[in-house]
Amino acid sequence: MRFPIAYVKTCGGPPHGIQVERDIMNKYGRPLLGCTIKPKLGLSAKNYGRAVYECLRGGLDFTKDDENVNSQPFMRWKQRFDFVMEAIHKAERETGERKGHYLNVTAPTPEEMYKRAEYAKEIGAPIIMHDYITGGFCAHTGLANWCRENGLLLHVHRAMHAVIDRNPHHGIHFRVLTKVLRLMGGDHLHTGTVVGKLEGDRASTLGWIDLLRESYVQEDRSRGIFFDQDWGSMPGAFAVASGGIHVWHMPALVNIFGDDAVLQFGGGTLGHPWGNAAGAAANRVALEACVEARNQGRELEKEGKEILTAAAKHSPELKVAMETWKEIKFEFDTVDKLDVAHK
Amino acid sequence: MSEMMDYKSRLSDPASRKFETFSYLPEMSPEQIRKQVEYIVKKGWNPAIEHTEPENAFGHYWYMWKLPMFGETDVDKILAEAEACHKANPTHHVRLIGYDNYAQSQGAAMVIYRGKPV
Repeated sequence: MRFPIAYVKTCGGPPHGIQVERDIMNKYGRPLLGCTIKPKLGLSAKNYGRAVYECLRGGLDFTKDDENVNSQPFMRWKQRFDFVMEAIHKAERETGERKGHYLNVTAPTPEEMYKRAEYAKEIGAPIIMHDYITGGFCAHTGLANWCRENGLLLHVHRAMHAVIDRNPHHGIHFRVLTKVLRLMGGDHLHTGTVVGKLEGDRASTLGWIDLLRESYVQEDRSRGIFFDQDWGSMPGAFAVASGGIHVWHMPALVNIFGDDAVLQFGGGTLGHPWGNAAGAAANRVALEACVEARNQGRELEKEGKEILTAAAKHSPELKVAMETWKEIKFEFDTVDKLDVAHK
Repeated sequence: MSEMMDYKSRLSDPASRKFETFSYLPEMSPEQIRKQVEYIVKKGWNPAIEHTEPENAFGHYWYMWKLPMFGETDVDKILAEAEACHKANPTHHVRLIGYDNYAQSQGAAMVIYRGKPV
């Protein structure tokens, strides 16, 4: 689907966009680093805040509510918001860096969604999140406008997308859902990872990452882009890579996604044998080593092992992470494929 | 598996303070700094130098060293300015920035001389 520029101009787009978020969070010249807190269901609010705090003090920029964390009997949303904010404040004072946690405001009704968003604003949260497909396009567009007016960043999860985009004969392809999201508004969107759980193939993922971030995207059928798309002055959003990734994937992720991405290691942070803080530090060291090497002109996917091994010499956390995840591979075929026969 | 280590980071310990990109790596050697300057020049970005007292590093505004070096492509000149800033402010963090005028943002920002954290 191609959206004419006249139509694009009538849409709000990302509440802030990549450049504004970089300024607010003071993160430049590298991808951002995140982690989804697990176990996704069952932790009490206080224990959940502990997991957040450990990740942030270890060097992550963001942590994230899982898409199905809303307001359950074991952890009501208000207590989660309160404990998480304490974790953010302490981690900021401790590390001297800006931190955030995507507080999930996805709710049964738009009224309840706004209530939670207002409370997040009241306690000073820098960013909230929404499941744009389960929440619905109308509710989501309203929330994106609310975020722009109230100065909160908006992270967007795509829960339920696979029901719509995975059947090759019916539904809406994710490249279209990406365009729709950029028009409705979001500062981050989950895009799949290419490596790790291997949901999407490389070419089509690169295609919709472009649709999310670039100001003009040319037709390229090898990437599943059927039409030129002009975004005019609409800001771009960060691509979020999440799912089954660990420290050994870092060189490939930096190479594939470039700087305007949030790399989210869930199990790849929390699974560190020394705990969340050590797992976070390992990933931060690996990320910075890869960015430094890339800037020096080295080929990340070819020299990844040497780059990480050299960085691990001064980071015991990274060394242990590399030992922990060296055997972990996902050898499934990709499930989101381009229909090459009919392109 | 090696023995479990405590994660040493404390509110009470100024050495726990970080300063964004590359602050989890060891301080860069002159050779490494040169390579990052070369990267900024190769990208066509405008280099700039900023500095601050380590205790004020959290703020958005550090002190500018002179003005951004608009259009400067001489790596040695850029390095000389960074060094001059460091000599004039030996206890400060000194940050190298590459302004990307297409993205309207900083394409690169890194502390290349580290002050003593307090």
